[in-house]
Amino acid sequence: MAPAVLFLLVFLGWPILGALGVAFQTAAGQWTLANVQRLVHDTDFGLAVRNTLLLLVVIIPLELAVALAMAALAQTRLRGRGLFLYAWSFPLAISDLAAGLVWLAIFTQHGYLNSLLQDLRVVPHPIGFLNYDNLPGLVVAVVVAETWRSISLVMVVVMSGIQSIPAELGEAAAVMGAGAWRRFRHVTLPLLKPTIQVALILRTTAAFQVFAVVLALTGSGLPVLATKTESWAYDARNYQMAAVYAVLLLAFSSLGTLLYLTGLRTPRQVFQR
Amino acid sequence: MNAALGAPARSRGASPERMLVYGCAVLITLFMLAPVYLITLAAFSSRSAIFDFPRALVPTSLSLDSITFFVGFHGVLPALLRSLEVGLLTVLLSLVLGCPAGYAIARYDFRGRDLLQLLLVNVRAVPVVIISIPLLVTFIQWNLYDTVLSVALVHAAITLPFTVLLSASVFLRVPAELEEAAMSLGTGRLGAVARVVLPNSVPGLAAAALFAFVTSWNEVFVAVILTQNNTTLPAQVVSQLSVSPLPFRFAGGFALMVPAFVFIFFMRPYLFSAFRVGAG
Repeated sequence: MAPAVLFLLVFLGWPILGALGVAFQTAAGQWTLANVQRLVHDTDFGLAVRNTLLLLVVIIPLELAVALAMAALAQTRLRGRGLFLYAWSFPLAISDLAAGLVWLAIFTQHGYLNSLLQDLRVVPHPIGFLNYDNLPGLVVAVVVAETWRSISLVMVVVMSGIQSIPAELGEAAAVMGAGAWRRFRHVTLPLLKPTIQVALILRTTAAFQVFAVVLALTGSGLPVLATKTESWAYDARNYQMAAVYAVLLLAFSSLGTLLYLTGLRTPRQVFQR
Repeated sequence: MNAALGAPARSRGASPERMLVYGCAVLITLFMLAPVYLITLAAFSSRSAIFDFPRALVPTSLSLDSITFFVGFHGVLPALLRSLEVGLLTVLLSLVLGCPAGYAIARYDFRGRDLLQLLLVNVRAVPVVIISIPLLVTFIQWNLYDTVLSVALVHAAITLPFTVLLSASVFLRVPAELEEAAMSLGTGRLGAVARVVLPNSVPGLAAAALFAFVTSWNEVFVAVILTQNNTTLPAQVVSQLSVSPLPFRFAGGFALMVPAFVFIFFMRPYLFSAFRVGAG
């Protein structure tokens, strides 16, 4: 027991405080906000914040809605349910980098999507989805790749939540005349709240850190907080600036977690098994 | 009479509602699987097929050119070996540290157990981006910067909470009576764990190990930050992204996905219980 806790304290707990130290201390060890001023005036700072938030507000609701729809579909008496669920959880363990490269093969100028559009005579010339000045194209590509990769996780979490809801509740509602949609809306969904909360926290934390998908699909065309952190640390060897970006990222994702915890609080009287 | 009984049954078979349900299910399946097919196609197409436009959506000229080009690319093979090393080291650290903790949670009712479980569940919400920068500074001081060990230590920390929780639920499924019976036959607690508990926990612990390995294999950010020359495979691919030709990137994308295929194949029976939220 003790070794595991100690290990987590050294490699997870302490570094969080350490990051504050690196971000807000001078080389001599004095507390300073100089790095914050540099951060605000950094090229691409505003863009990185905007892009990160933009991706987040598109990806998270989209994933939750589609994952719930997938779970609802699986709840109908779907023939071949097991196979469908297996296919839908297929990308579960695929990394963000691999997902980015997969969708690069599809979205790139002479890639599969343009080939298909050309074959179907939809467009006369290949579209530059990933051109550096095509912001909507870049955002859509990243959203699709990131959703493809992580929707499986959301679906698996939602499905395991659904499985822990007693079937009798739905049956009781059915006996009283509730159709499939009303059962899902008024029985399943309220009881899924804690599960949805966990899924949202996990995904939002991850979405704030979106990194390799963006690099693989856009190069430097779509700066986000994590790519800025990486370029300050790796290319510029400026660990203070990297740490300030990381602290900002932590602040954002803590705020997100807090919002979910307060906004989706489950009243105690709600039946839970 | 018969017709009246038969009508609803027939209409249930092909009602617009059912059609819609299956239509959606098939569309989602296409969205999930088509990209896997396309990257595989891209990775195993000959060079001429990759640079053709419009590109064929069915296999026309298969070849191993891209894969051999990728593996032969400067630095890829050593990075691949380092990725395996980091992954195995992560599994080892994660199991050695995680199993005793999981056992303690499963078998002993100690103070702060609930708090500990809560913490372990919530540790997943800590962004790795924040821990990597101070750890980079520390590892430079410890002379661990740019080593396989430094990356494995952080990957072990990322996977440890999951290993603890999963191994706890695995050990819970081994009846405590079996263990007590072994101890009454003269073996100590450790002997009972080694001879009774562990052999009965192999599939569950293998799942935890596989999860730790794939998490480590997939992790990019920490690996990029903590290494310079001794990179792992994903970090190597990231550092070559802007300078490498498309076949390299497609083959790289495919190669990076291979452990994910293994994972999903073996984890299939556990999928919907391994991720159960809460105490269970």
